[in-house]
Amino acid sequence: MPANLRELRDRKASVSTIKKLTRAMELIAASRIVKAQQRAQAAGPYARELTRAVSAVATFSNVDHPLTTEKENPRRAAVLLITSDRGQAGAYSANVIREGERLNQLLREEEKQIVPYVSGRKGIAYYTFRQREIAQSWSGDSDNPSFARAREIADALIEAFLTPTEEGGVDEIHIVFTRFVSMLTQRADVIRLLPLEVVEGEEAPAADDVLPLYEFEPSAEEVLDGLLPKYVASRIHYCMLQAAASELANRQRAMKSATDNAQDLIEQLTRDLNQARQAQITQEISEIVGGASALADANAGSE
Amino acid sequence: MADDSAKHLEVALVAAERTVWQGQAKIVIARTTDGDVGILPGHAPLLGLLQGGTVQVRTVDDEYFVAAAPDGFISVANDRVSILAENAEMGHDIDLEEARRELDQALAAGLADADADEVRLAEARVRAAEQTS
Repeated sequence: MPANLRELRDRKASVSTIKKLTRAMELIAASRIVKAQQRAQAAGPYARELTRAVSAVATFSNVDHPLTTEKENPRRAAVLLITSDRGQAGAYSANVIREGERLNQLLREEEKQIVPYVSGRKGIAYYTFRQREIAQSWSGDSDNPSFARAREIADALIEAFLTPTEEGGVDEIHIVFTRFVSMLTQRADVIRLLPLEVVEGEEAPAADDVLPLYEFEPSAEEVLDGLLPKYVASRIHYCMLQAAASELANRQRAMKSATDNAQDLIEQLTRDLNQARQAQITQEISEIVGGASALADANAGSE
Repeated sequence: MADDSAKHLEVALVAAERTVWQGQAKIVIARTTDGDVGILPGHAPLLGLLQGGTVQVRTVDDEYFVAAAPDGFISVANDRVSILAENAEMGHDIDLEEARRELDQALAAGLADADADEVRLAEARVRAAEQTS
């Protein structure tokens, strides 16, 4: 019995430690998620102004740009998969990877060759474990993506897009990421990044308003040339910020349930422990009583 | 549209990760690839790529400041001026000495091509800091 008691006590102690750990991780995720949301908000004005400007150029000029031009017979498709660097986030990475697999399946059915680009260590591990080739990968800052990183990815993708297909370029680019809908809902999602679908005439001018006729300096083509890569980088940054917020929300939720489970386990173990201790005490008492009565019987017999 | 337009410009200086400055201004002077443009209230809609990396702004309170906006662009419509640059910064937030040092480093590192991003960024910061002080 004492061995069992000690064992239970040890288990309870270790579960308590785990609970403290997961609780700490939950709190860290909770505080970071606020920051992640603030960052997503702070990046909003840039994305908004950029979108406005791009749609202005697209609406008020008839410029065809390589980045907006659909290729006639797309054969190679790049897929950028945004996953997390670390685990302990429930099914976060698994979900987004599954979404990516579904997209891959779809593209394969359209007889397109897939060129994978991966961000985040979890995705890289998934691909390397299955010995699949990755065109390029990035990792290290999945929960706090900087704009510089988004720009790096954008440059790589744009370069691949502008390379002719025969020389290893790609015809279209998709992003698989997790959209942060709310604290409770995050959804794995796919968007097509390139060729760009520019929303024309975002804000239609009122009837009595004169149509703003933009002057372009130096020219519409060159302005578009300068704007589109920035727009692509901003879109990627947006996706990464959404993914980061989702990752943290998932981690917080996973760690909360881990903490709750640990608490349940501690309660169960406490009960077992008390029961075992009580059983031991009962046994000791009955041994004493048994011993005492045996002694009394022996004394009675000798008189 | 010059008559009924407001007497000031709504200016927003936006970097990729935050809004650097937002307020009302009398005039914005920016250098585009075609040369300097001064933007006053009532300016025609404009979209231009910035060159040289600095933008000068005189606010409605007659304050004057210079901002670094390397590789940015400017959009003007209905008295709203948006200056967008990934690494926009206010001139008075930049330490001139440090900016000079960074420029030297960037120049040393990128001797091969003087058009490198780092060099342009460092140049714009030095210029903005110089014009502020």
